[in-house]
Amino acid sequence: MKVNCKAEIVKIEKLKEDLYKFSIQAEEIVSCAKPGQFIDVRVVDGIEPLLRRPISIYNLDKENGILEFIFQVKGKGTSLLAQRKVGEKLDIIGPLGYGTFSIKDYKNVAIIGGGIGMFPLYELAKELKEKTTSNVHIYMGFRNKDLVTLEEEFKNVSDELTITTDDGSYGISGFAINELKKDCEKEVPDKIFACGPLPMLKAVQAFAAQNNIPCEISLEEKMACGLGVCLGCAVKTAKSPSDAPEYWHVCKAGPVFNATDVEI
Amino acid sequence: MENDLPYLKQFDTAIIVNACGSTIEDYVELAKVLNTLDIDGVELNLSCPNVKAGCLAFGTSYEGVKEVTSQVRKVLDKPLIVKLTPNVTDITAPALGAQDAGADGVSLINTLLGMSIDIHKRRPHLANNTGGLSGPCVKPVGVRMVYQVAQKVNIPILGLGGIVTGEDAIEYMLAGATAVSVGTGNFITPDTAIKVVEGIENYMKQYNIQDVNEIVGAVQMN
Repeated sequence: MKVNCKAEIVKIEKLKEDLYKFSIQAEEIVSCAKPGQFIDVRVVDGIEPLLRRPISIYNLDKENGILEFIFQVKGKGTSLLAQRKVGEKLDIIGPLGYGTFSIKDYKNVAIIGGGIGMFPLYELAKELKEKTTSNVHIYMGFRNKDLVTLEEEFKNVSDELTITTDDGSYGISGFAINELKKDCEKEVPDKIFACGPLPMLKAVQAFAAQNNIPCEISLEEKMACGLGVCLGCAVKTAKSPSDAPEYWHVCKAGPVFNATDVEI
Repeated sequence: MENDLPYLKQFDTAIIVNACGSTIEDYVELAKVLNTLDIDGVELNLSCPNVKAGCLAFGTSYEGVKEVTSQVRKVLDKPLIVKLTPNVTDITAPALGAQDAGADGVSLINTLLGMSIDIHKRRPHLANNTGGLSGPCVKPVGVRMVYQVAQKVNIPILGLGGIVTGEDAIEYMLAGATAVSVGTGNFITPDTAIKVVEGIENYMKQYNIQDVNEIVGAVQMN
């Protein structure tokens, strides 16, 4: 069930310059949250900034009722959030989103993410490893060595981990999608999950379609409410007529979609 | 109609449908359908700046509002509220247009047309470049317009724009609103409407007000 609660910040880790991991005590949300869902955070309790910030869930510690999320400082809201302290309480709503990653037994799963789009994929990989027999290969793409994050953590929830950097300063040089394509020449996965920058998602979507691989992608959009009310986070449905396009909303139908269902 | 109405029906509350179109024909067609539904009323949205083909054009003049409202009134038996745009020089003109066309009430204000620029990218934040501004910052504009309309029309006014507390609602009611509604406030705190009702009750106790109607339009101007 979705709840609005005050969750105590129990731990803050600065992962990189401008990249923070918050651990919050939120039993009610953790007990029912699914991989791919997000929470809506009031960065401060005052009136400015007014609107909540939607942030994806990184990790669910079901045993201790702790939810972890990672965010990059991008603007006013996230910089205020970064100034919050351990012991303070965050006003959050969650878990949000109805479209979640499908956890079931696959043969070979490819999980591909880019940059900060990696974070919602962690809980997915973890649950695939814990609850299913799937063989999980994670592909992580970053711009450069300095941005490579949580390598050890992702290694622990995968059978194989491939890291690429655009400039070749770490791991394999080039885009993560190219490594996925290369590996597919040997063995084609029966499922792809993806989250990351739009060009990467488009490439993954096209590749999955060409090869008839079932694929789920997690989309990001600016949201005023995250609750299906403001209708700001619209995404065009695939195959809808161009003269009367049909839309879904990322917060409600997503954030995870079947790649064949959306036009991105 | 297929999904939302059955969902809303489970709650013990009135359902008022906000209706928006691009042409008069759109509004009439929509009103015909809405008239057949098990709903409690219709709010004609003549003023949504977030919709590209813009119903804005109808909402800004006495004639425009009167014309579309009259056409809808002919096919709609249910209570009809006309939602007015604040993006005009004189809000009382469209309000009178709605009243003269037989509307049962007016609601105001819709959002103010705004624009916000990402100074680093030198581009507007919104994909549509401009969009509707709402939330607490618009309340003084809404209260002022409700007051102005209350001086001119006899039909009830539904006041809205930036209401997040009971005190905000009281302001609108003192200005002349017989009802209030909450939009953006729900995005911040989903139970805002409940808090607003509690706040109104507290105010009534504080000033020993028996009937909430006593405060409608009770502002005394300086």
